[in-house]
Amino acid sequence: MFVRGLKRKCFDGEEDIEGTLAGIKAIPSYNLQRQSLLDMSLVKLQLCHMLVEPNLCRSVLIANTVRQIQEEMTQDGTWQMINTQSTGQASLDRLVSTDILCRSSREQAEGKHVPGYSTFNKDFEGDQAQDSSETMSTASSVQASRNLQSNVWEMENPQENKGNFQKSLDQIFETLENKSPNSVEDLFSEVDNSYYDLDTMLTGMMSNTKMGHCDGLETFSSPTTTTSNSNCKSDLNELDHIVEILVES
Amino acid sequence: FLGAGGGNDIQWCFSQVKGAVDDDVAEADIISTVEFNHSGELLATGDKGGRVVIFQQEQENKTQSHSRGEYNVYSTFQSHEPEFDYLKSLEIEEKINKIRWLPQKNAAQFLLSTNDKTIKLWKISERDKRPEGYNLKEEDGRYRDPTTVTTLRVPVFRPMDLMVEASPRRIFANAHTYHINSISINSDYETYLSADDLRINLWHLEITDRSFNIVDIKPANMEELTEVITAAEFHPNSCNTFVYSSSKGTIRLCDMRASALCDRHSKLFEEPEDPSNRSFFSEIISSISDVKFSHSGRYMMTRDYLSVKIWDLNMENRPVETYQVHEYLRSKLCSLYENDCIFDKFECCWNGSDRQERLFPTELLLSSFHPLCSIVMTGSYNNFFRMFDRNTKRDITLEASRENNKPRTVLKPRKVCASGKRKKDEISVDSLDFNKKILHTAWHPKENIIAVATTNNLYIFQDKMN
Repeated sequence: MFVRGLKRKCFDGEEDIEGTLAGIKAIPSYNLQRQSLLDMSLVKLQLCHMLVEPNLCRSVLIANTVRQIQEEMTQDGTWQMINTQSTGQASLDRLVSTDILCRSSREQAEGKHVPGYSTFNKDFEGDQAQDSSETMSTASSVQASRNLQSNVWEMENPQENKGNFQKSLDQIFETLENKSPNSVEDLFSEVDNSYYDLDTMLTGMMSNTKMGHCDGLETFSSPTTTTSNSNCKSDLNELDHIVEILVES
Repeated sequence: FLGAGGGNDIQWCFSQVKGAVDDDVAEADIISTVEFNHSGELLATGDKGGRVVIFQQEQENKTQSHSRGEYNVYSTFQSHEPEFDYLKSLEIEEKINKIRWLPQKNAAQFLLSTNDKTIKLWKISERDKRPEGYNLKEEDGRYRDPTTVTTLRVPVFRPMDLMVEASPRRIFANAHTYHINSISINSDYETYLSADDLRINLWHLEITDRSFNIVDIKPANMEELTEVITAAEFHPNSCNTFVYSSSKGTIRLCDMRASALCDRHSKLFEEPEDPSNRSFFSEIISSISDVKFSHSGRYMMTRDYLSVKIWDLNMENRPVETYQVHEYLRSKLCSLYENDCIFDKFECCWNGSDRQERLFPTELLLSSFHPLCSIVMTGSYNNFFRMFDRNTKRDITLEASRENNKPRTVLKPRKVCASGKRKKDEISVDSLDFNKKILHTAWHPKENIIAVATTNNLYIFQDKMN
């Protein structure tokens, strides 16, 4: 839960959050924490695929959390900005303390917020190679005032970018319905190497508890070659159809 | 009547502990369910390795009036084996999710045990005699040469060492696409329900090749899925009524007389959300992990991540009582989400009824002030478990640990220090061990004896008898 090298700070309502630059570095903003929670949730959903038997209740609850975050970010207008970085390629620095998120909305209203991203921003924009079309498609989805459901599940991204989480969620639920070796491998190909670092960090931090779900990652070797999303999806649809017939009969 | 449910506080003492002493827990030994039978004489546990172990209470020793009988192993059998679903390329775990006992009708005992996909009816019977003196067979089983038989005799039963046999009498399979989380036997003792994440099926105990689907919340498009079924139970007296809980914190009561498919609930129990407590984790912690009717059926209890709620079946818009199990965890929800502990499914149970459950009209009236189901129990972390007395409004935290294993020594209450200065004997939230969770507890139906399961050990506590 705490970024390497950052000093852990105790949160209480009266603490003055606005302060020196050093202070800002130590206490990341609500937006960053929210982003971190989003990344964590996506990792959890991806990990679901690697488990032999995904727990449907857990997956649904995590997916709902992701949707909530996205909804709030869309309302904030921060969705457009944040999504310039692919959510799939989470770097270590982005996992920040998520203390603020644990506070109720009442507590947050009483406390003070630091707007913007401060010094963390440059880490995000620097090392990611992003297509500009990604930003545009995101912008268009934000502008299209459809309900949240369609935002999450139906948004089409013309670029086959890795880690597009709408597609991930899409695939996840299809896969949960009808798991097949093909789809599992295809999904593995979507997983970026940085997730393994995530795993080490998470397990390292929570030394008290065992990350049972992360164990799967340790046995997993490097991912297979990337296949395009579209192939994967049509295969899944076909398999979906066939398996549905078989299972229902 | 006024004494019912009230009276002195119970003083809990350690009685027994079952299971390995090692700190290194074998995965297969993890206890996944605990259940007393209707008389309380038998106590069954199921584990992750698919085994069922049944303990039997020994008859009370007249000379030892200080304690009730001890529980000793009565029968152990492999209920479920791991399977492989070839269609989905998925392994089906043999872990026993639930055990439910049938009321005893003859000498044998029957229980239902279920894993994620298959329910089995097991018959547990005793054999303490065997026939001897066959004409055509030797004692060792070999057949005699018929020409050597010159006289006839009648075989007789002779006593033998007690043998307890478990045999599967029915296997209810292939009815669940998703993972079974609950089974519940109807008050008609002929039918039972099984619930998975999206569907509930009704079975007849005698019929294995057919089940009726009575609830189906699967959306046409799985991508629209936002809510799953988490638990289900039949009403203890009305054979047409059952409830099921969801991951969004709602409970639906359904009447099977209304329609064949009970997708439309008769009642919907939901507490409005406290907007000041809202966070990204609100939905997750509202997910109900267990639902249990009171013995009379007038109330039901639900467990969500941080609390236990008592509902009056006549009031849908909010619970009548709410008890905080470990409110100090509310500020730690982020780490608990990260390490997946926030998804732990805690169970809850009522105290046993120490009287007959026939409620006369005056009793019914008084029972709302002094409910017969007066104490509720549930587990927490660090091998702590909690009890709430509905009458006195007092609560207690106890620990299941081998350190307190002197019989008849009263357990020392524990306290968690949420913040600020930690007093002596208190434990701070940060030093709680989240690997040591008590998810399963059970209360003897008639006496003050409780069974508490830690990861791989079963603790039995009794009240101090004077």
